[in-house]
Amino acid sequence: MATPSSALDTTQPTTVPVPVVSLKGLLPYWIFAGIVLMLAIYFVGAEEGATSMISGMGVHEFVHDARHLLGFPCH
Amino acid sequence: MMRTLLVRGMLVGVVAGLLAFLWAHFVGEPPVRAAIGVEEATAAKEAAAAGTKVAEEAPLVSRDTQETWGLGTGVIIFSVAIGGFLAMVFAIVYGRVSKLRARATVAAICGLGFLAISLVPLTKYPANPPAVGSGDTISERTEWFFVLIVIALFAVVAAVRLGKQLSERWGAANATFAAGLLFVVLIAVAHLALPNENEVKAGFPPQILWDFRLANLGTQAILWASLAFGFGIAAEHAIEGKPAWWRRDAADKSSAATTT
Ligand SMILES: [Zn+2]
Repeated sequence: MATPSSALDTTQPTTVPVPVVSLKGLLPYWIFAGIVLMLAIYFVGAEEGATSMISGMGVHEFVHDARHLLGFPCH
Repeated sequence: MMRTLLVRGMLVGVVAGLLAFLWAHFVGEPPVRAAIGVEEATAAKEAAAAGTKVAEEAPLVSRDTQETWGLGTGVIIFSVAIGGFLAMVFAIVYGRVSKLRARATVAAICGLGFLAISLVPLTKYPANPPAVGSGDTISERTEWFFVLIVIALFAVVAAVRLGKQLSERWGAANATFAAGLLFVVLIAVAHLALPNENEVKAGFPPQILWDFRLANLGTQAILWASLAFGFGIAAEHAIEGKPAWWRRDAADKSSAATTT
């Protein structure tokens, strides 16, 4: 038997939003996921254009149209 | 909780990237093809004038692959990365910066992200189709492009902080206008301070350029809007324990049944 307040909670939370993750707990995510995700953006957006980490133009040529249509400088 | 949010952000990123890819492929590729056509026609004309033939070099990746798998892979990887950052920014902002609920918080972050990462760069270093631009300046153009995005992100943070401070004294509406004004002034200063780069060659058909840039804007808009919608639902479900809205009718009925 649910109380009226918990029945309310399932549809319309009445509490003010509170932080769900401590800033300290966030730090490792920002460091590790942050680096991996930045690297992903770098490979789509800039590898073998302005700078190059691996030799050849394979990555650049493969994601070439994505780079243009996402608005990164390419040519 | 952070792990859940991060995984959901990146999964929503896959879907958002897929939708953005469909737009980019069907709306964006026609102007890209047209631009490549202009480039080839120009090269052929110059070669004919010089009495030589255009050197045919075998492409590393075929145009068919670039327009489909390459385009899709690139857009989806970018979208997944943005989805991941969205989840991590959300975890900082939610419950700290405003009293907005999960879906509204996600929508606000995506709106400001679209503004700072997609719209602001477009005003200074707009996207160009292939065949426009020279290889000599690609390094500096890429650098200034990213510098402008970083400036725009800082400007968003500054504007949000100002708006929050002023809202208690001036009310939410006035504070929002003041924050918007600060953002516009900061971006205007950046516009004046950063170097101009105009890579479009004289004689390049303006209609192709316009179509291409609209397609670029559409790709970005679809990406951010899909992330806002999808991650909004995912975050709301993860944090507030709300069933997704399409299941809410059933949940309402069952909770009504238990209370009566
Ligand atoms: Zn290119």
